[in-house]
Amino acid sequence: MKFNTLIQNFSKHSFLFQQLVKRDFEHKYKRTSLGMLWSVLSPLLTLLVMRIVFTDFFGRNTPHYTIYLFSGNIVFSYFREATNNGMTSLMNNANVIEKINVPKYLFLLSRNVQAFFNFLLTVLVYFLFCIIDHIDFGWHMLSLVYPVLCLLLLNIGVGLILSAVYIFFRDMTYLYGVFLTLLNYMSAIFYTLDNFSEKVQRLFLLNPVYVIIKYFRMVVIDGHLPSTEYHLLMLGYSCFFVLIGMFMYKKYNHQFVYYL
Amino acid sequence: MSVIDCQNVSIRYITGDLKAIGLKEYIVRKMTGTYHVQEFYADKDITFQLEKGDMLGIIGSNGAGKSTLLKAITGILLPVEGTVKVDGKVAALLELSSGFDGDMTVRENAYLRGAMLGYTKAFMDAKYDEIIQFAELEEFQDYLFKQLSSGMKSRLAFSIACLVNPDILILDEVLSVGDGAFRKKSGDKMKEILSGGITGILVSHSLDQIRELCNKILWIDHGKQIAFTDETELYCDAYDEFLFSKKLPESREDIEKLAMRYNKRMQEKREEKQRTEAQKLQKILEKGEKGSAVEAAINILRKNCPEALNEDYFAH
Repeated sequence: MKFNTLIQNFSKHSFLFQQLVKRDFEHKYKRTSLGMLWSVLSPLLTLLVMRIVFTDFFGRNTPHYTIYLFSGNIVFSYFREATNNGMTSLMNNANVIEKINVPKYLFLLSRNVQAFFNFLLTVLVYFLFCIIDHIDFGWHMLSLVYPVLCLLLLNIGVGLILSAVYIFFRDMTYLYGVFLTLLNYMSAIFYTLDNFSEKVQRLFLLNPVYVIIKYFRMVVIDGHLPSTEYHLLMLGYSCFFVLIGMFMYKKYNHQFVYYL
Repeated sequence: MSVIDCQNVSIRYITGDLKAIGLKEYIVRKMTGTYHVQEFYADKDITFQLEKGDMLGIIGSNGAGKSTLLKAITGILLPVEGTVKVDGKVAALLELSSGFDGDMTVRENAYLRGAMLGYTKAFMDAKYDEIIQFAELEEFQDYLFKQLSSGMKSRLAFSIACLVNPDILILDEVLSVGDGAFRKKSGDKMKEILSGGITGILVSHSLDQIRELCNKILWIDHGKQIAFTDETELYCDAYDEFLFSKKLPESREDIEKLAMRYNKRMQEKREEKQRTEAQKLQKILEKGEKGSAVEAAINILRKNCPEALNEDYFAH
């Protein structure tokens, strides 16, 4: 019943949503001479830097180290971009929210669409690298749709939480920046967990972003699907954050306007 | 069934909480037990209903809570007490250029604003030309919004809000946009829209505008409702006098007294004006050459008061 009204509401605002997405895209690439090419170029440059810096330390014993790095990079930078943008989405549209009655979550969703689109572009390059690196392409690659969807949900959920917190607590941008750095180091992007004990390796599974990165590596590099429990864990994380995000949005969205 | 039904609406702002005082102060005050939030009622116990075709003028001095009330009607703010029921599509112009994007073209902004007001693409496609035409921005469609002059920006905003056929139109201090010609055009458009059975709310500091356009008046002062009435003339007179004397009316009698005093004052003003004008004229005539001055005086008489030229007139 509630879900129905949600869908109905959304279809009512689909034109607005379309316009917002269009606007966000235009903002992002405005006045850069390379425009959308940056979406592809910037992860590639990051990859290049990491490849140069870390290969000597971690790359010697890791098969397909470039793909190993790249998997971590694209997932993490998507997570970072989507959640950072999500956090400021409401605040940046304060002048609209204060004057016109529109569903505020649309601003967050449109930012997420943009980040998602960017991510898909990088995924294309990622596959290109896979081909160059002689990765075996089979039907199992299709299963990557699952972690991508989970990541999308996770980003929306975390974005909802952050955007609400950010309105009441402006210091959140700085704190979250530090947290992202920490999370980056905890996501095993450039190192492997092989040297850690079984117990520590399990602890890493507490990090939803790492869980998704690992899924990518298992499918692409190792060429096999993770267990059902692993799938459920990932879905569990995504649902958990989306539910908390929705709860916070529902509870506080009428108070936002007092604090903008 | 009323189009807009506000029952005992109160809207509260909170000041002095965590966000206002910062984290350090918050912790200090929490620990010393001196943490208090202050409540501030921007509107208290406002009640009114509007039927289809009504045009409500909201009057009150600065900070009376007019704009806050409008925000409650559009659903941006939720009242802490009371209910607001609105039946129909609302187009609100709360502040003209807000919600526009300076880095997008006029065309894109028109569509974006239309979308925000809840219209579909097909509808905007059909209306777009008319909007641009009314705003007189045909040559500027592909300019960036920030390149427009402020008058052009307001014209666009006004045109969109008026031409999208809302059921309820809310205007906050926006009827005086653009140059003289556009102001007249927008005034005419407003009248046309209102005669088409739309319900409107107008906030304006120009009492003349309110007298001309509104059939109901809501008078708010410091968040308190002084009156909701359809005797626009009487209450506009009283309000005008209130602005002069700064004394709030407490009863119906006070209102009538205020209105009476206003009319008396206006009468005096008019008489005073006429007197000074007459004196000025006389001075001019006296200064002029005798022959032409007399001729001018006779001409004036002939035009304004021909019976005076009749020789019998002075005999009476």
